[in-house]
Amino acid sequence: MQELSNTVRQLLESGSVKVVIGYGEGTAGKVRPVFITDPRDADSLIFDIRCKQNLAVYVLKHEVKHLGKAAVVAPLFTLKTILQLAAENQLADGDIVILGIDDGGKLTEFSNLADVEAFVAPHDDLTADEKEKLDRIEKMSLDERWKYWQNELSRCFKCYACRAACPLCYCTRCTVDINQPQWIPVPSHDIGNLEWHVMRAMHLAGRCVNCGECARACPLDIPLNLLTQRLIRDISSQFNQRAGISAKAENALSTFKPDDKENFIR
Amino acid sequence: MKNPNIYKPYLMRIQKITDEAPGVKTFRLVFENEEEGNRFDFKAGQFGEYSVFNEGECTFCIASSPTRKGYIECTFREAGRVTGALANLEEGQTIGFRGPYGNIFPIEEWKGKSLLFIAGGIALPPMRCVIWNCLDLRDWFKDVTILYGARTVADLVYKQELDEWAKRPDVKLVTTVDPGGETPDWKGEIGFVPTVLERMEPKSENTVAIVCGPPIMIKFTFPVLTKLGFPPGDVFTTLENRMKCGIGKCGRCNVGKYFVCKDGPVFTFTQLKDLPPEY
Amino acid sequence: MIEKKSINKNALIELFKKLRSQQWRIIAPVKTGEQITFREITDGADILEDYIQTTQSPKGVVFPPVEELFRYNIKKEGVELSEKENTVVPTLVFGLRPCDAAGIAPLNAVFIWDYKDSQFEERLANTYYMPISCSKTDESCFCTSVGGNPGDTRGSDILLTKLSTGEYLAEIITEKGKKIADLGTGLFGPEPTEAKEKNLAVVDRRFDAKELEQKLKTLFNNKIWLQQSLRCIGCGACAFVCPTCVCFDIQDEGRGNKGKRLRCWDSCGFSLFTLHTSGHNPREVQSQRWRQRVMHKFSYQPDRLQVVGCVGCGRCSRACPVDMNLSEHLTRIMEVQP
Repeated sequence: MQELSNTVRQLLESGSVKVVIGYGEGTAGKVRPVFITDPRDADSLIFDIRCKQNLAVYVLKHEVKHLGKAAVVAPLFTLKTILQLAAENQLADGDIVILGIDDGGKLTEFSNLADVEAFVAPHDDLTADEKEKLDRIEKMSLDERWKYWQNELSRCFKCYACRAACPLCYCTRCTVDINQPQWIPVPSHDIGNLEWHVMRAMHLAGRCVNCGECARACPLDIPLNLLTQRLIRDISSQFNQRAGISAKAENALSTFKPDDKENFIR
Repeated sequence: MKNPNIYKPYLMRIQKITDEAPGVKTFRLVFENEEEGNRFDFKAGQFGEYSVFNEGECTFCIASSPTRKGYIECTFREAGRVTGALANLEEGQTIGFRGPYGNIFPIEEWKGKSLLFIAGGIALPPMRCVIWNCLDLRDWFKDVTILYGARTVADLVYKQELDEWAKRPDVKLVTTVDPGGETPDWKGEIGFVPTVLERMEPKSENTVAIVCGPPIMIKFTFPVLTKLGFPPGDVFTTLENRMKCGIGKCGRCNVGKYFVCKDGPVFTFTQLKDLPPEY
Repeated sequence: MIEKKSINKNALIELFKKLRSQQWRIIAPVKTGEQITFREITDGADILEDYIQTTQSPKGVVFPPVEELFRYNIKKEGVELSEKENTVVPTLVFGLRPCDAAGIAPLNAVFIWDYKDSQFEERLANTYYMPISCSKTDESCFCTSVGGNPGDTRGSDILLTKLSTGEYLAEIITEKGKKIADLGTGLFGPEPTEAKEKNLAVVDRRFDAKELEQKLKTLFNNKIWLQQSLRCIGCGACAFVCPTCVCFDIQDEGRGNKGKRLRCWDSCGFSLFTLHTSGHNPREVQSQRWRQRVMHKFSYQPDRLQVVGCVGCGRCSRACPVDMNLSEHLTRIMEVQP
């Protein structure tokens, strides 16, 4: 942590960075995102196992960009997000300073995205635990699975915390915000909830880096990341593609390759 | 006894559609339920929520004068979902109407004064209501001057009304188009509304000014009126804001401690100074 | 005149049985997974009492997340409007916190202001509140800063306070409270001797709502709004868990010729809330929307409707994904130097 604070202090003092997005102490043991602009505040930065929020969501935010060049404290899932954002042309090499940090607090200041790619490469998309949870749902009959999701999604009240917290939901006008036509119903009745969550998962297919922020942000404890994790599996097995590993990747669902299977055309 | 459902609209039949300008139409509406129509009353300045069932509701002022009974009129520009759907309707079809909502122009307080109406573009509709209302009570007022401008000649709305007003000896009408918006046979003024206003040098003594237009026009008109000696308490305008319920509950049009749907849409410039710039 | 009686847990279960036999609905907090939710209960067994606050407020009982305003049928001859059948039954909301009952007043102020919302009125007329005073509190609670307290009677029909003996003090406050007491004749005992105050949590005052109202009037253009809202991600979690937030949207949903006009919850924190069709948005950035949230609750609403738009329940702070701690923000606002 000392290394982090020192690095941040230097970056801010030299003026090469105007704001550092990191983690700080919040209410009663919670962790909150902090925006350090004064080098004297560098010591308030923390990093420990509580720091799970994906700070990449702030990198494209208008008010933060307005402050000037940013540095972001980036654990593995944030590094993957940055690669995915670069693959989608939202970020370029050198736009932000990437302060990679591992579970032990060891800092790596990445000078370019290729180095980030090398760092991210050996990591799996899903942990063993996550695979087990997915398997459990997949073993359910269609009826059971439908009931499970109806039960979970009926709690949703369309606060869109999942969308707001996801760094890959950066569209300035989301599909639900379009009213000509109203593709996704606005109210939080059963069909409105189902359509929203299915649509969001589909829009993240091949793009989600499994940071889990959607589930963590949800105030009603709905396990939304199960939906996107299932799609990570599907995209991997059907398209052999993974999100968040390369700054030059192509999106599985919007890229045509001549050798794509077309056995659905009969 | 349960109170009536305040969100349920009157059913209105479209009696007449007039094409005013590209993308702009006027609907003349009559109540399907004649009894409701006979009981209905409103005052100049008020607005309503007009529905297209399956699409939603939209806020327009009532553009006809309350002195003319039996129908109400609204004028709108096709811009979004509901106005787009309205533009596709035909005479004889049914829409909904909730109203009248909002506060009113205090016409009674203007008795004995001169009136100066200043309007721009699509903002003539809210003014049309109060203009006709005052003209129907013409002997209450001294001089009546109307200054109306639009971007181009084609954008001027209520062309028939403008002709009528021009012909009246008891009304001074000045129309203008933006520089470049004139046609070869245009006989009116050429210039932005605030510029033409300054050229006209209207007197401010014992005169009430009523201004309505896009925010940019109001922004430049107000200093001119101040220069001419109009106290802000004697300058009236009507504001627009995003609305849904129209009755002070849904929160959308809340600006400072006011709700444009309840404390407005008619405001004096003195009141506008109190409002935070969030409209 | 508040009538003071006592009641014990078994008698309460009996009371619920009696009410249910008369087709009353009973809604109370129960454990659902990791969270505590208000659910309809059949007997008293699942009711959770040992908790600080539920995730969602009970405002959904009188102001549902989705509500039908009317339905329409577009025919060749014209349009037919109708309303669905009335299904409101007497409902007892039991075991909520006093702050939640106090939260009914701001809701009511909006819904009966001028134009009376008949659906809300009917629901409220048929809803009875029986909170239990707070013996515990956490760092997100701040009821005493906004005119409340852990044993507040405002908004309650009967307020229960658990005593050290295990039985409850029952303060019967309103006519509706008396109605419940009468329906439960024989179940209430005499006023207990133990003092109510001994069993209440202590919530330190962090600021004064009236001073805050005055202070806010001077801060419209202050840079604190941007500073505080930098981490806000613009979701609606705070507005939706709040017992006093009342902003709503109106949506038509139809298929072909038939459909419904619905009302659903909305939030001033969403970027589209004030967007005009022309593209002009009076509150384009999050700092303006954060300012509106605070100003509306603590300055505009008290000014206009004489009621503070907050009861200090702390739900917004607990639900916020980025730890926007409201009482902390408000305390900082009070400290701003001119």
